[in-house]
Amino acid sequence: MTQQVTSKKEEEVIAELDSFAELPDSPPKRKFRLTWVGYVSSAVVAFWLIICVIGPSIAPFHEMDMEGDDSFLPAYSGEYGSFYLGTDYLSRDTLSRILYGARNTIGISLAATLIAYLIGITLGILAAVKGGWIDMGISRVNDAILALPTIMLGLIVIAALGSSIPILIGTAAVIYATSVFRIARALGQDIMVQDFVEAAQTRGEGIWWIIRAEVLPNAAMPLATDFGLRLVFVVLFISSLSFLGLGVQPPASDWGSMVRGNLGGLTYGSYAAIWPALAIASFTIAVNLIVDDISAKSGGSLAKKMV
Amino acid sequence: MMTRMVMQRIGIGFATLWVVSVIIFVATSILPGDVAEIVLGQSATPETLAALRAELGLDQPWYVRYFSWLGDMAVGDLGISKAGGATISSLIGGRLGNTLMMAGWVSVISIPISIALGLWAAMHPGTWLDRIVTFGTLSLISVPEFFIATIAVLVLAVELHWLPSTAYMTGEESFWELMKALAMPLITLVIVVSAQMIRMTRAGILNVMSSPYIEMAILKGVPRGRIIMRHAFYNAIGPIINVIALNLAYLVSGVVIVETIFAYPGLAKLMIDGVQTRDLPLVQACAMIFCGTYVVLILLADIGSILSNPRLRNPK
Amino acid sequence: MAKEKLFEVVDLRISAYDDEGVEVPIVRGVSFDIHKGEVVALIGESGSGKTTISLASLAYTKPGLHFTGGQAKLYGKDVLTMAPLEQREIRGGNVAYLAQSAAATFNPAITIGEQVTESAVLHGRLNQEEATKRALELYHALELPGADRIGLRYPHQVSGGQLQRLMAAMALCGKPDLMVLDEPTTALDVTTQIEVLKAFKKVIREENSAAIYVTHDLAVVAQIADHIVVLYRGEIMEQGSADQIINHPTHAYTKRLMEAVRPRPESGMGVDASGDHDRVIDNIEVRNMTAGYGGIVDGEPVIPILKDINVSVKNGHVVGVIGESGCGKSTLARVMAGMLQPARGDIILDGKTLEGALKNRNLDELQKVQFVFQMADTALNPKQLIGNIIGRPLEFYHGLTGREKHAKVAEILEMVELPAAFANRYPMELSGGQKQRINLARALAASPEVMLCDEVTSALDSIVGANVIKLLTSLRDKTGVSFVFISHDLSTVASFADEIVVLYAGRVVEQGPTDEVLEPPFHPYTRLLISSVPEMRIGWLEDTMKRREMAVGIARGVEITAKGCPFYNRCPLAIEGTCQTLIPPTLELENGHQIACHLTLEDLQQAEADAQRILLGYEKLGHDDPQIHVP
Repeated sequence: MTQQVTSKKEEEVIAELDSFAELPDSPPKRKFRLTWVGYVSSAVVAFWLIICVIGPSIAPFHEMDMEGDDSFLPAYSGEYGSFYLGTDYLSRDTLSRILYGARNTIGISLAATLIAYLIGITLGILAAVKGGWIDMGISRVNDAILALPTIMLGLIVIAALGSSIPILIGTAAVIYATSVFRIARALGQDIMVQDFVEAAQTRGEGIWWIIRAEVLPNAAMPLATDFGLRLVFVVLFISSLSFLGLGVQPPASDWGSMVRGNLGGLTYGSYAAIWPALAIASFTIAVNLIVDDISAKSGGSLAKKMV
Repeated sequence: MMTRMVMQRIGIGFATLWVVSVIIFVATSILPGDVAEIVLGQSATPETLAALRAELGLDQPWYVRYFSWLGDMAVGDLGISKAGGATISSLIGGRLGNTLMMAGWVSVISIPISIALGLWAAMHPGTWLDRIVTFGTLSLISVPEFFIATIAVLVLAVELHWLPSTAYMTGEESFWELMKALAMPLITLVIVVSAQMIRMTRAGILNVMSSPYIEMAILKGVPRGRIIMRHAFYNAIGPIINVIALNLAYLVSGVVIVETIFAYPGLAKLMIDGVQTRDLPLVQACAMIFCGTYVVLILLADIGSILSNPRLRNPK
Repeated sequence: MAKEKLFEVVDLRISAYDDEGVEVPIVRGVSFDIHKGEVVALIGESGSGKTTISLASLAYTKPGLHFTGGQAKLYGKDVLTMAPLEQREIRGGNVAYLAQSAAATFNPAITIGEQVTESAVLHGRLNQEEATKRALELYHALELPGADRIGLRYPHQVSGGQLQRLMAAMALCGKPDLMVLDEPTTALDVTTQIEVLKAFKKVIREENSAAIYVTHDLAVVAQIADHIVVLYRGEIMEQGSADQIINHPTHAYTKRLMEAVRPRPESGMGVDASGDHDRVIDNIEVRNMTAGYGGIVDGEPVIPILKDINVSVKNGHVVGVIGESGCGKSTLARVMAGMLQPARGDIILDGKTLEGALKNRNLDELQKVQFVFQMADTALNPKQLIGNIIGRPLEFYHGLTGREKHAKVAEILEMVELPAAFANRYPMELSGGQKQRINLARALAASPEVMLCDEVTSALDSIVGANVIKLLTSLRDKTGVSFVFISHDLSTVASFADEIVVLYAGRVVEQGPTDEVLEPPFHPYTRLLISSVPEMRIGWLEDTMKRREMAVGIARGVEITAKGCPFYNRCPLAIEGTCQTLIPPTLELENGHQIACHLTLEDLQQAEADAQRILLGYEKLGHDDPQIHVP
C-alpha cells in the first residue's frame, strides 16, 4: 500500500524544484536590532558625546571659577548663582566641572582609542597578510608589551616623561594598540585562509586589492564591536591615572581627578566625589551594554533542556 | 608532549621577564635628565653632578648600566632610593608583606564565591537571577575600581559608620583591629575581582554546555547533576583555572588604586609615591616586582590549562 | 505477518520562531508506524525535517524548535506529553540515538568505556559489569583494533572511523527497543559503511528491536530499510515498503530523487566530447610531476603527495580524476592552477611550459586556467554582491567596466541558468546549489581554456548536484572549455568525463578513455572502486559481501611509498617479492589506455574471470555471511 499524505500537489513540488524557489542555506542574517536596554544605553552614550561638544557652552560657570565662599556646599542657589550639584573642595561648581570634564575624559579616551585602532589594525592586517618574519617580529614585541599590566606600563611611562594630554593619549594609544593588533591579526589570519581569498590570489590579485576587497569588509563588524570594549578600557585607564593624580593635571577638569580631589568631602556628607564617578559609570556601563546587546548571545539553550 | 609544552611555556615566561626588564629599564632611562639632576635639583653644579654621576655609575654607557642593574636585581640588591637614601630593599620589605596579605585574603574570599555563583548562573541561563548576575557583573566590570571604593566609603563609612574609611596600620593591632582596617580595601577588591571571575566562569561553563557531547548526554538520559559535574565540569576545569590565575594577575592593577584610596601601606602605594616624586630606582624595583608577579601568574594560567586538557594529559 | 507495533507518529507538527517571532512550520503533519524488527528510513534532502522528526522519538527538539501538535507513541504511550523524568528514562533507555558526527559527540574528558556503558547502567538495563562485558563483545564484533583495551582510551586517541563504530557500540550497549540512526555512516568510506550497516541489521533482526534510519543516500537505504518515508520540506511525499519505493515509485518527487542517483559506472557511458575542438597540441599537460608540502629537500618534497604524474587534457575534453581522500587528487588541480609549486616536472599550457609559482605566471596564463573550489560557501566572499563577484574577473582580465561589464554579468548568469536579478544579491541569500552556480560563473567569467573543478558536487544534495552536472555538460558543449573534474565518486565521474585518471596514494594507477577504464582488464584498485559503488538494488549488499574484493584491505592504511607499488598491501593479486620493491611498469593498451601493474594483461584478464566465477559460486552457496557477529 502506497499512501500519499501531502497538502502539496505533486506538480507544485516539482515546479518548486525546477524554479529558483530553493531555500537559502541560512536565513537572511539578523538585522541590526537592539533591545530596549540597547536603546537606553545608546541614548546615554549619545548624550555624553553631545556634552563633549557643547558642554562648556551650556555650563553655568567656567570650570576654573571659584564662585562660592565655601567648599563642599550642597546644591543651593545663592548670590553667586545656582549650584545644582553643589560645589567642590575649591568651591567650584561641580555641574560645570562635569560638563567641562566630559571633553577631557571622553575626548582623550576617544582619541587614544582611535589612534590605537589605526596602529593596531594597520600592523595586525599587515602581519596577517604578509606573515613570515614581519609577522614574527611584530608579534613578539607585541606579546612582550601585552605581558605587562596596563596600569604598570602607564605608571612607568609617566614616571619617565611626566604627564600631559598628548603623552596620555600617546601612552594609552600604544598600550591598547597591542590588544587591537592581536584581534586584527587573528581576524586577518582567519580570513586569509578562506577559499575566497585563495580564489583572489589564484586570479592574480595584488595584496592591496585583497586587503581592501576581501579582508577588511569581513573584519569590519567584529572590529567595530571590539571598539566599544576597547573604549571602555581606555576610559577606565585614563580616569584611573587621573585618579592617581598622574593623568589630566589640575586645574583642568577631568572626571577621574574630580573624584580624587573631592574624596575627602565624603566624610562631611558632600556628594562632590560621587557625581563625576557616576558620570564615568553611566558612560562605560552604557557602552558595554550596547556591545553586549549587539553581540548575539548563544549558549545556554541546551542547558534548558537538561532534566 | 605535555612536558615539552610546559617547558616551552616556562621558557617563554623567562624570555618575557627579560623583555619586561628591558622595557622598564629603557622606559625609565629615556627621561630627559637623570637621577643625579633630580637629586641635586637647584643646587647642582657641573662638578657635583659629575661626582654624583660617577658615584651612581651614570657615566657608564647604557648597556653597562643595564647589566649591572639586572645583576644587582637578580641578587636582591634593588639599589638606593634617591629620597632619603635608604636601601630600596628595606623600603619594600614590609610593604610587600602587606600587599601579599591583602592579595591572599582577596583570593581566599573571592575564588569560592565566584566559582559557585558562576556555575550557578551557567546552570540556570535566562532566569531572572541569572540576568541579575550578568547585568550586575557587567556593570561592575565597566566602572573604575575607585568608583566601587568611593561608593563603599559612602555607604559603609559615611552613612553607616561601620568601618573606617582608611586602612591605616601601625603594626601592633589586634587581629580584630587588623581585620577592621583591612575590611574596606578587601571588600572593594573582592567585588572588583569577583565580578570578572563570575562572568568568565559562567561564560566558560556555558561554552562547554553548548558542545554536541552535552546534547548527546541529554539524549542518553543523563540526569542534570551528572551532566554538569561529570560531563561539563571536567571539560571546564582548564578554562576555570585560567580564569582564576588571570584574575589574580588582574589584582596587580586593582591594588594600585585601592591602596591609594585607602592609604593602605602596601607596595603599590610606595610605587605611586615613587612615581610622583620621580624616584626612578624605586619605581624600577616596584615595577619589576609587579610585572614579574603578573608574568608568573599568566604563566601559571597557561600551564594550568595545559595540565587540565585531557587531550594533552593522555597523549596518543 | 502480525508484527507488534512499537512506535507510532501521528500528525506530528514542529515549528520554529523566526526573528519577528512568527511561527515557521518545520514539520507539517507527519504520520508513520514502526513495527518490531523493522528499519524505517526517513529520506529527504536538506530542509526536509528528517532529523527533527527522528528526534521526536526521544521527546527532544533542537534548541529553537518546539512541538506544536501530534503524538509520538512508544508502546502506545505518547512520549511528547510525558513528565520530564519519564522522558529522561526513554532517552538512552528505550530509545538510543546515534549522531552523525562521532568525533564531536564523544566527551573528550571521559574514557570511551564509561561513555559506551553510561546510559545502559544509568537506566538500570545492565549493571556496570554486564555492560562492560557487552561493550567488549560489541568492540570485537565491530572489528575495532585493540578491542580489549579500547574502552580505557580517550576519544582523541582513536581514529574518526573507529569513533563512528564506537558510537554504534554505545547505541547497542543498552539493548534499546528503538534506535535512531542519524546518517551514522556518511563520514565512513563505502566499505566500512556497509560493515556497520550489516551489524545494525543483524542486531535488529536478532533482538527484535527496530530503527529509524535518517539519510539522504538512496543506495544505502535500499540495503537496510524495510519501510521508506520520503520527505520534502516537512511533509511526506510518499511512503511504502522498500520494494515499492525503490522499484515502483509513484510520486514525482521520489522519481526525481531516483533519477538523481547516478547509474553504476559501466563501459559505454563515456561521451566523446572532443568533436570540433581537436587541436594538434594538448590544452594542458603535466609531465613527470612530483609535488608535496613542507618544503623541498634534495629535489623531493618533505611530505610527498604526488609522484611522477603524467596527465594530459585535450582540447574540449573532460578528464575525471578519481581516488580516495588523501590520494592527492586535489593537489593535482592545485599544482595545475599554480597554487602549489611542484618539486619536479613541468606544467605545459598550449605547448608552452608554465612557471610553477603563481606569482611568476602572467595575466594571460592565469586567465586561461581557472580553479573552482569545492565549497561555494567559503569560496564566495559573503560581503560582496554576486554582480561584483562575477564582475571582478571581467574587469581584471578583460578590462570590462560600467555598462559593458553589467551586460556581461547578466549574460554569464544566464549561462549558469540563474536570473540576472541575482547580481544584486549577497551569497548568503542563495541556496547551496545556486551558490555553486555562482562559483562556476566566476570561473567562466574569465573565459578560461581549462576549468579545474574540485569536488564541486560533493557538498550538494543529490537532485541539486545532478542539476549542476547537467549544467556542466551543457557548458562543455557550448563553450568548448576543457575540464579537469575531481571527485571521489566514480559514478559521478563516469557520467561526465570522457577520460578517467585513477589516482592511488599519489600515483596514477590507471588512465584512459572512460569506456576503456570501466571495462576489463582493470587495475586491481579500479576493480575495488567499481565493486564498492553501492547499487540501488535491494539485496545488493548481501551479494557484494560475498565478493572477495570487499574482504580485502578494508581497514588497512594507505601509504605513500618511495618504492614498489603503493597498492601492494591491499592488493589481492600482489606478487610477493616483486610488487613491494619494484615500481610497476605501465601496460600500454588500446586508445591510450594505461595500467600501472606488474601483472601481465593475461593475468589481469584471468583474475577478472576468476572473480566472476567466485561470485557465481557464492550465490549457489546461499546467503551466509561470515563477516560480523553481534552478541
